Amino acid sequence: MTAPILSAKGVTKRFGSRVACRGVSFDLWPGEVLGIVGESGSGKTTLLNCLAGRLIPDEGHVAYETASVGTVDVHQLSEARRRLLARTEWGFVHQDAREGLRMGASAGANIGERLMAIGARHYGEIRGTASDWLSRVEIDLDRLDDRPTAYSGGMRQRLQIARNLVSEPRLVFMDEPTGGLDVSVQARLLDLLRGLVDSFHLSAVLVTHDLGVARLLTHRLMVMQGGEVVEAGLTDQVLDDPQHAYTQMLVASILPV
Amino acid sequence: MYVAVKGGETAIAHSLELLADRRRGSRDLAELTLDQIDQQLALAVDRVMTEGSCYDRSLAALAIKQARGDLIEAIFLLRAYRTTLPRFGHSEPIDTSRMVAERRISSTFKDVPGGQVLGPTFDYTHRLLDFSLAANGERPAAPTAPVDATRDLPRVGDILEREGMLEPPPANVGGPTQDITRDPLTLPAERPVRLQNLARGDEGFLLALGYSTQRGYGNNHPFVGEIRFGAVPVSFVPEELGFPIEIAEIDVTECDMVNQFAGSHDVPPQFTRGYGLAFGHAERKAMAMALVDRALRAEELSEAVTSPAQDEEFVLAHSDNVEASGFVQHLKLPHYVDFQSELVIVRTLRAEVEARRQQTALDQAAE
Amino acid sequence: MPDTISSNDPSDGAYNYAYLDEQTKRMIRRAILKAVAVPGYQVPFGGREMPLPYGWGTGGIQVTAAIIGRDDTLKVIDQGADDTTNAVSIRRFFARVADVATTTRTEEATVIQTRHRVPETPLKDGQILVFQVPIPEPLRMLEPRETETRTLHALSEYGVMQVSLYESIARHGRIAKTYNYPVLVNGRYIMSPSPIPKFDNPKLDRNPALQLYGAGREKRIYAVPPHTPVKSLDFDDHPFEIERWTECCALCGSTQSFLDEMIVDDAGKRRFICSDTDYCQERQEEQRR
Repeated sequence: MTAPILSAKGVTKRFGSRVACRGVSFDLWPGEVLGIVGESGSGKTTLLNCLAGRLIPDEGHVAYETASVGTVDVHQLSEARRRLLARTEWGFVHQDAREGLRMGASAGANIGERLMAIGARHYGEIRGTASDWLSRVEIDLDRLDDRPTAYSGGMRQRLQIARNLVSEPRLVFMDEPTGGLDVSVQARLLDLLRGLVDSFHLSAVLVTHDLGVARLLTHRLMVMQGGEVVEAGLTDQVLDDPQHAYTQMLVASILPV
Repeated sequence: MYVAVKGGETAIAHSLELLADRRRGSRDLAELTLDQIDQQLALAVDRVMTEGSCYDRSLAALAIKQARGDLIEAIFLLRAYRTTLPRFGHSEPIDTSRMVAERRISSTFKDVPGGQVLGPTFDYTHRLLDFSLAANGERPAAPTAPVDATRDLPRVGDILEREGMLEPPPANVGGPTQDITRDPLTLPAERPVRLQNLARGDEGFLLALGYSTQRGYGNNHPFVGEIRFGAVPVSFVPEELGFPIEIAEIDVTECDMVNQFAGSHDVPPQFTRGYGLAFGHAERKAMAMALVDRALRAEELSEAVTSPAQDEEFVLAHSDNVEASGFVQHLKLPHYVDFQSELVIVRTLRAEVEARRQQTALDQAAE
Repeated sequence: MPDTISSNDPSDGAYNYAYLDEQTKRMIRRAILKAVAVPGYQVPFGGREMPLPYGWGTGGIQVTAAIIGRDDTLKVIDQGADDTTNAVSIRRFFARVADVATTTRTEEATVIQTRHRVPETPLKDGQILVFQVPIPEPLRMLEPRETETRTLHALSEYGVMQVSLYESIARHGRIAKTYNYPVLVNGRYIMSPSPIPKFDNPKLDRNPALQLYGAGREKRIYAVPPHTPVKSLDFDDHPFEIERWTECCALCGSTQSFLDEMIVDDAGKRRFICSDTDYCQERQEEQRR
């Protein structure tokens, strides 16, 4: 049996007197997609940022099983190591693509940046890989030299995904990747994400308030309310037979759709 | 050869002579004396001393004369002189509650201990040109009440502070404060370093930034707690004596700006401070400085940093007019090597575009 | 370095030898030593106000003032020429405050202060080349924040610099950066070579002279010690290349030097002449012999 790729133990984060998340523990297994659902303000984005080392929790630990050097404590790593990990073995997809993209650089450069950061120095090859990824995320090749400012919201989000996956990360954090997109664009993006997760055998932690997105993409779910996990389990189980009153309410609220 | 830049030595010598001549102006008129500048252009002297970081009225007057009235040039002259002076120590902090105030106003209270003192101010002048000055109209001396120099003048801020309504001034962090005229600015900067930078900063730049906060770019709801202008003693502790002695008296303008603050999880709602201080009589500068100081505290007070005046790197890096003036004007220096490189590449790129265009035309013709 | 014991020159009695006081010189020398020890790293220093404006070479002047002594021979060039106005002004400044011999001959100089060029004549062991630097941070135009660029250097996170070169090729079909072309020093720090044309970049590599870079307004000093590798950034399939001219110098006939273009009549007729005036004159004298 392999070790979990990410393991959280008792993660707690406070902002002043307000507790954003409390005592969250879970294991994420290789190839697994874990969804974190809840209303806005339930603490799911704070938790995601703690897991990805972007925030330091007040209590608890997050362990990551690296590709080569065994298990590391995410928050004990030096900034240099953590940033290296973040641009090689990890990906982070922001809800607002502008935060995850270099808006002043072309799509090709956006995709190529991670490759160049880890030493790629052949322009033709970098461009080739960038083109390859652009078509994988279903963007026309003649948009390769355009800046993301000239892209639609859905295209920006797909470009952000390509920029993250080009270095073939093992673990991807996603914060509402379909938020703010209209329904048809969402559906296409979800399809694409599902395909990529499968074909690259990615492990992922996905934050969403949309149970439909969770149903489509995740294997397992954690339901958060007021900073605490109130229910966890296999996605289908949680959504088809919710045990906690809050989960029942969440599920009921989407049924009419 | 290229006359504009070759044989520079003689050209420079001639330029310097011409400059000296133009500075003097018509020989039919008497030459300005430094005393005249000190006395009759006193506010120009104040500004040059403040932004030149050197309290010496006659040196500032000399700089203004030499700079033909260009105050930024005069500030530069004074700074370049100041930097060569040996440093024999630093004074004790001045205590403005011991000020013999010529002017003191508060806009937060109708009356305050010590009273509102208007002093000499432009505030209530009607901005009508006074043609009697053109005719050299002499004035009788203004009547003044005797000043009680023995009475301390409590600061309005101190009164609010005692009540817990206003945050206390920051505790002394201990150890000497970094001196930005000796050590490089490192970011993020401590507040004492920021205040030094603002005190030397260009009045126009700070005025515009302070104004921008009032127009919604980082608003912090300011009130003038107090403005005071007057003389304060400067003391110094000589090593061989071990106790402070008064070595001078200087005029300063101080502004305590009181700002709203919603409070945070640790701190109940209270008022916060923005602080401004300038040499001589310089209210506009002190007020603008206080607004910007408060704006720069946004992060410390957990406010959103959204506007230029709140952006420490932006403000501190661009406030100095001697730096700014030099770098803007360095564009006058020859750049023909850089420009030549650009010419070469632009020609190359244009040739390539042209070649592609012709090739396309050929291809189309061939089809 | 030769003697810098203070003594007051009678003509400028108010000022110390080489203008700066000895304390300040010591502070600058410490910064220089640190810079030499960590090639390409920008060392913050307590830059002083100088009697020349910021942006006009105050960094270079402070470095020169800190290292110069009476036995030195100083050459000052701007755009490669000894007699451009600002070079004249700086040379006069040191002749006045440091009582130092000056020269226009690259070979004779022990200290060469320069703006925007590296002399064509190869430098030797023991010579010091002092660059005037306007913006020392090579990443500044890509990332305006000092706190962030400092982190990028510390962690060698230089992807963003390569991105800018990628963009240039994507847009122009080649790296269209022509001056201030970024270099990697000793395999570690990316450095701004100051706005020299990229034509001069190869001269920085393993140069036997000591290269000191002074940025007065930005208060940074950095250095490339003698014989240190300096690599101009590029791509394997778009290697670094320098400017070429189809013309040769109209005065000395050189085809190897950086040429300035001059417009010699109203019709826009052009002529090309060496930017390095000393190099050009030496060649002309040789040809006359």
